[in-house]
Amino acid sequence: MARMVEINLNGRPRLDAVSDNVLLLDYLREIVGLTGTKTGCDGGECGACTVLVDDQPTLSCLTLVSTAHGKRVETVESLGHDGQLSAVQRGFHEKLGSQCGYCTPGFVMASVGLLRKNPNPTDAEILEGLGGNICRCTGYVKIIEAVKYAASLRTQGILP
Amino acid sequence: MNRPLPVRNIGTYVPMVDGPEKVSGSAKYTADILRPGMLAGHICRSPCSHGEILDIDISEALKMPGVKAIVTGADCERTFGVLPVARSEHPLARDKVRYCGEPFAAVAAVDDATAREAARRIKLTVRDLPAYHTAKDALAAGAVTLHEKKPGNIERDVLFELGSIENGFAEADLVREGTYNCAEVCQNQMEMHAAIAEYDAVRDRMTVHASTQVPYYVHLMLSQILAMDMSRIRVVKPHVGGGFGCRTETLNIELTAALLARKANGTVRIVANREETFITHRGRPETDIRLKIGMRKDGRITAIECECDQRGGAHSGYGVVTILYAGSMLYAIYDLHNVKYVGRRVLTNTPPCGAFRGHGTVDVRFAFESLLDQMARELGLDPFAVRRANLLKAPTFTDNDLMVNSYGLPECLDWVEKESDWKSRRGKLGKGKGLGMACSHYISGASKPVNWTGEPHATVKIKLDFDGSIVVLSGAADIGQGSTTILAQTVAEVLGLDLSRVRVITGDSDVVPKDNGSYSSRVTFMVGNAALDAARNLKSVLIKAAARKLDARPEDIECLGEVYRAGAQDKGATFDEVVTEALTDSGTITVTGNYSTIPESQGGKKYRGAAIGGTMGYSYSAQVVEVTVDDETGVVTVDKVWVAHDCGKALNRLTVEGQVQGSVWMGMGQAMSEEVGYYDGLMVTANMLDYRVPTIQDSPPIEVGIVESNDPHGPFGAKEAGEGSLAAFLPALTNAIADAVGIRFDDLPVTPDRVFEAIEKRRRAQTRGKAS
Repeated sequence: MARMVEINLNGRPRLDAVSDNVLLLDYLREIVGLTGTKTGCDGGECGACTVLVDDQPTLSCLTLVSTAHGKRVETVESLGHDGQLSAVQRGFHEKLGSQCGYCTPGFVMASVGLLRKNPNPTDAEILEGLGGNICRCTGYVKIIEAVKYAASLRTQGILP
Repeated sequence: MNRPLPVRNIGTYVPMVDGPEKVSGSAKYTADILRPGMLAGHICRSPCSHGEILDIDISEALKMPGVKAIVTGADCERTFGVLPVARSEHPLARDKVRYCGEPFAAVAAVDDATAREAARRIKLTVRDLPAYHTAKDALAAGAVTLHEKKPGNIERDVLFELGSIENGFAEADLVREGTYNCAEVCQNQMEMHAAIAEYDAVRDRMTVHASTQVPYYVHLMLSQILAMDMSRIRVVKPHVGGGFGCRTETLNIELTAALLARKANGTVRIVANREETFITHRGRPETDIRLKIGMRKDGRITAIECECDQRGGAHSGYGVVTILYAGSMLYAIYDLHNVKYVGRRVLTNTPPCGAFRGHGTVDVRFAFESLLDQMARELGLDPFAVRRANLLKAPTFTDNDLMVNSYGLPECLDWVEKESDWKSRRGKLGKGKGLGMACSHYISGASKPVNWTGEPHATVKIKLDFDGSIVVLSGAADIGQGSTTILAQTVAEVLGLDLSRVRVITGDSDVVPKDNGSYSSRVTFMVGNAALDAARNLKSVLIKAAARKLDARPEDIECLGEVYRAGAQDKGATFDEVVTEALTDSGTITVTGNYSTIPESQGGKKYRGAAIGGTMGYSYSAQVVEVTVDDETGVVTVDKVWVAHDCGKALNRLTVEGQVQGSVWMGMGQAMSEEVGYYDGLMVTANMLDYRVPTIQDSPPIEVGIVESNDPHGPFGAKEAGEGSLAAFLPALTNAIADAVGIRFDDLPVTPDRVFEAIEKRRRAQTRGKAS
């Protein structure tokens, strides 16, 4: 069965006919063509596909598109304003929270979700917020620095 | 007037030049590439560990609408493999299947679902053969051979004795022996394997995009497997989501995609899932080590005997090299004499192992540093003192002819000892807490390359055009380690220009010069030196042009980056003016830079394979690990790691720190939780829940000290930074656990159940002791 699905994707309303069994991840990558969101495992194990659904970090590989009907979906491609990287993006870039970059979109979106809810997270809150994302390059040390730096850029009002 | 200054690009914290596309999601990895009309490829894998192929029936699958091509071993009689001496593997099995999961056929169809369904309809009939899932079983008398030419299932045995261990052990005050087992581990890089092959039937040309560390080797093997001229094949390496060694050889994924594309006369994409990526493997083999060390009372090592068996899997891959590294790299870290090494690389009915970060050195280093720690304790010596009693004095050659020119290990030891406050804190941390230390080292690129016809080790081109941009062309494969950034920094540094002037183009065989690829930590050293050479050549062109422009002698020209001038009072010419002058007669120019290693660095000939281990420069690492052991649950928490790494010269402090932290952490995964498990030959850990990679919540702070020994041959003095710190973590951890609870763990990984069991065993023994 296919049905019409209405999603506000990265601030733009979309209306697509989508089969019931299509995952949000595959919809984003193969139907819409937003390949920033990554597939890193066979389902729910790595966090690389994390997007925001109504501000909530969500594994798009375990989410049917139909369940996102009427909701706001944000991917890594939505970030950055006025030709500038967003605070979280700058954090991951400047502090080397990203090496190969493959887990980065997932980490970035999980971090955006975390900082929206909690602009000044403690170390323990950062670890909890990013506990579902796996990175194989960094050892996470610089990812923690990246999130802290991003939090400071946001709270000082330097960047959204 | 303010004196214009050349921009400094080396030795600072430089974010990666390709960082913005990674954090914005615009970086394209292989699976992100979509082509109109692209077919989906799917590989059929053997359910059987070892069997003679009697029949592959594709008739039902071929009948399915939407199926465009099916290939089997019959479509490719040629073999591939990274080592010219060990090319025994078919991209799709012929005659025999040798491990559970080995590809034997592949389908290209209009969509993924059709390809999968067609794959299900292909029937493989085999005659079962005895299967060996451990090295011991494969070595047993009377075992059937996996490969005809490898009797006894030994891919390669190594034996050398340099000096006399008999004399060495006779000189020792203490001789101890240990046995160690390190579980098989997998790279498990975040990006799963993928390839897209586009076949242009009209022109008989093939273009392959692949997630690889070695585009040139992929190019070579595509030519071999397709029986096509290399000139008809183009290989492109998009962004690569990590590799850690599993992509340092051509994989069956890209070869199969190309076979399918040619048969279908179209474009085929294969994206392996996580399970297939695990099974494609090329990880670190399960290793059994027996190690015996002789030591004098003052900690001086007098003799070493080491036996090492590796369960290599069903095909050689890099196996011959791995078993050689395990022996040769006993050397070049300490001053050792009287060493005997016996290594066996065993063929088994499991997926093929390969070159995992720290290639060949890690498990033996674990054994070595563990036994050193144990003997130090027995002799009442501080673990640091034992290492210091055995330091090399550079420059020197080891007994196996490895050239050591720069040696920052003493400074690494000093740094971690001081920063961890070792002297005042060790033994005083309280119940269940401990400190451990260990050292390790690694090569900066193998001095003798795998496929070599005598050409320079590395070649870099720089194009200078009328727009004033500097375009660096290199085949070096950035897989996330930051090689593109290092090349940009190197060229910008020589020319005194801001990094933004320099663009680096890599990874397209139509455009960039051939490069052997990203493995054995060769890129910064080899390609960096070639980039240095190219940049100096370009600078000399620009200086000559400036001299013409300013009517001065070239030797009087000062290059200040954006300004060239003749003497301090000269207003000079701008960079753009100098570029225009340089190109006026010749048009756009391209300069070349080359780098070759020196023969003295290429190892010796004292035993067969003694070239393996030779490099232009070794990195060194020392680590201190602090742990807390919960004796009620067996859970070990790593509270902190201090690591000092001698990388010669940190060209980019940010990426050096990132590489060192990443390798320490990867060592932690191997030491504490990662383990490939099989059930009757079926890999049962082929997912990220059962193969336990540490999460952010399991991971400690890792403080990095950069030691700069300024290697005389390294680019700006640099050596490798991405592998040498991995190995030391493993023994530093078990040494810390021994310090905390008095129990040594000689088998890896040290999981909570193993710790709990050992603590319980001791508790029971103590209770019995009290009762009796």
